[in-house]
Amino acid sequence: MNAKIKIDKALLNTYKNRVTSLVIMIAGLACLLVSIVASINLGAADLSYRDVYNALFQFDEGNPAHTIIRQLRFPRAIAAVCVGAALAVSGAIMQGMTRNPLADPSIMGVTAGSSFFIAIALVVMPGITYLGLMMFSFAGAGLGAALVFGITSFSRGGITPVKLALAGSAIASLLSSLSTAVGIKFNISKDISYWFAGGVSSVQPQHVLFTLPFIVAGLLVALVLSRSISILSLGEEVAKGLGQNTGIVKLIGMIAVLLLTGAAVSIAGMIGFVGLVIPHIIRFLVGNDYRLIIPCSAILGGVLLLVADIVGRMVNAPFETPVGAITAIIGVPFFLYLARKEGRGL
Amino acid sequence: MPKQSGPKDGRFKMLLALTGMLTVLVFFISINAGYLKIPLMDVISTLLGNGTAENELTIFDFRLPRIVLAILVGMGIAVSGAILQGISQNPLADPGILGINSGAGFTVVLYMFFFQGTAFFSGWSSVFIMPLTALLGSFLAAFLIYVLSWKKGHVTPARLLLVGIGINAAFGAGLVIFQMKMEPNNFMKALIWLSGTIWGTNWTFVWALLPWLVVLIPFAIYKSKVLDVLRLGDSIATGVGVRIERERRLLLMISVALAGVCVSVGGGITFLGLIAPHMARRLVGARHARVLPLTAMLGALLLLSADTLGRVIMAPVELPVGIIVSILGAPYFIYLLVKNI
Repeated sequence: MNAKIKIDKALLNTYKNRVTSLVIMIAGLACLLVSIVASINLGAADLSYRDVYNALFQFDEGNPAHTIIRQLRFPRAIAAVCVGAALAVSGAIMQGMTRNPLADPSIMGVTAGSSFFIAIALVVMPGITYLGLMMFSFAGAGLGAALVFGITSFSRGGITPVKLALAGSAIASLLSSLSTAVGIKFNISKDISYWFAGGVSSVQPQHVLFTLPFIVAGLLVALVLSRSISILSLGEEVAKGLGQNTGIVKLIGMIAVLLLTGAAVSIAGMIGFVGLVIPHIIRFLVGNDYRLIIPCSAILGGVLLLVADIVGRMVNAPFETPVGAITAIIGVPFFLYLARKEGRGL
Repeated sequence: MPKQSGPKDGRFKMLLALTGMLTVLVFFISINAGYLKIPLMDVISTLLGNGTAENELTIFDFRLPRIVLAILVGMGIAVSGAILQGISQNPLADPGILGINSGAGFTVVLYMFFFQGTAFFSGWSSVFIMPLTALLGSFLAAFLIYVLSWKKGHVTPARLLLVGIGINAAFGAGLVIFQMKMEPNNFMKALIWLSGTIWGTNWTFVWALLPWLVVLIPFAIYKSKVLDVLRLGDSIATGVGVRIERERRLLLMISVALAGVCVSVGGGITFLGLIAPHMARRLVGARHARVLPLTAMLGALLLLSADTLGRVIMAPVELPVGIIVSILGAPYFIYLLVKNI
């Protein structure tokens, strides 16, 4: 009992932080609800709020507005929320486990690995099912993470932010070169570019149905693991001193990252910077306790991606701006800020 | 500096000659390889001016300009990388990784987008507009990187790299926005161009590129002592009397100009600027007066070999040379990262 209190003190899990996180969660959920309705409502076809309500709760097959909502708008909104939540939590886990402020699924090569394997799957098995594509995506996520993380951790002097970013961009550049080569050879460049741009514009209901269980499972694992991640974020030595089996925590954490990122990429392609930005903002607001950081990240990540998707639709209508480009435009200044703050050590 | 010849001088000259000979060898392979196989004797007689009309057309109008361009682009990018590594005091710097390529790529794709390929591959005015467009983009990227990594009166190497990676991502996002709006046909052109390919098989491009290299590479070699001093670190360089920021800016401009013009003809080639200087340093030590010339030679040899390989490996489909360089270069990069030189 005493030890537990000590750990909580070390994590600075104060009363204030808990209140802040509660406010974030409630306000975030409210934002999420409003954005979902807005996302369903906005678009080329003019729909009333009554249509939205009726389509969800009193579905009428003969009404084209209801079909649009059920088949296009609703899956798209849900997909955006899921992907945003998955990427943000995935970034939070990585940052907590590696104690590296620049850790993020796109910087660590996870999304590039997924996209590469999806490109291969599209060539090797043209008629592949969505579930199969997702399995390839998981495998690719694992490969990308193993390459970047493995390389930096084997290097002399250990993992530093600069090294991680360099290795990540080198691996991403290698994997995307390979994907481009595959695309040019087999004439599927435009298909592949969908995954490279990142977006939820052509999401279908069954995509959401297939990915949802994986993302929910990943989020649950993350929540269960959150206390261990908090302890790990105090440092490997401290965690071991407190009796934690750091190897197992890291393994399970990595599995959660792969589940979340693999599923997110299979549905929306490469979307960067969500996993970088959100956990930092949350950590700034609620402190270093991952029991608060992870749920808050999930909610705000969902809001961010949903809003980015809405902005991408509005900013240059009728053209869609890929949501991956929008998150990059938001994320890069943030990355630069961190780079100026943390840019030491190679 | 009184000492002009060192213990490694003989070795340096021998290596220069060796890379030169290898380049000539690859040159003959490259001129022979392709859809039309031309026997070696015919190649030689055509080069001497007694070939058939058909062989003359293939060699002089198509293969030779491309080979010459591959050599020039290889030299330019390799030297650009060497300078960048010198001024950032970081052996892992490369114009591609730092975002200078994507800056150039961004403006070129903007150009392609707004002129929708009208005068893109034909029309010789575009030959001179393209390098300028690319140059503008690469300078924009370099300017942003430099300004954003400026903090408290100086630029630290690690910050320069991180900021470069960020800028790279920003231009990448900008690229995607325009690329997705292109017609499929232009989209493919842009994609292949961005992956790095020697697409101008025309003597005009050689004349557009040559003056830049002829001026900038010798100037970089002339500045090699400054690079030597900068590598020792900021405090030592200041102690010796080098005005660090001023020299760094000037060298950065040379490096960016080289990368910019080469990217305009060769597209986004990553890792070449990383590998060639490394190999050179391994072979002849750290002095830039030796490293820079050898880097140029190695860059030419590597890019010409990669381009030849790209034409042969999946024929008749041509693989952009930048992809070959990436596939060969990334593992080397990883090796360097692990060894943490």
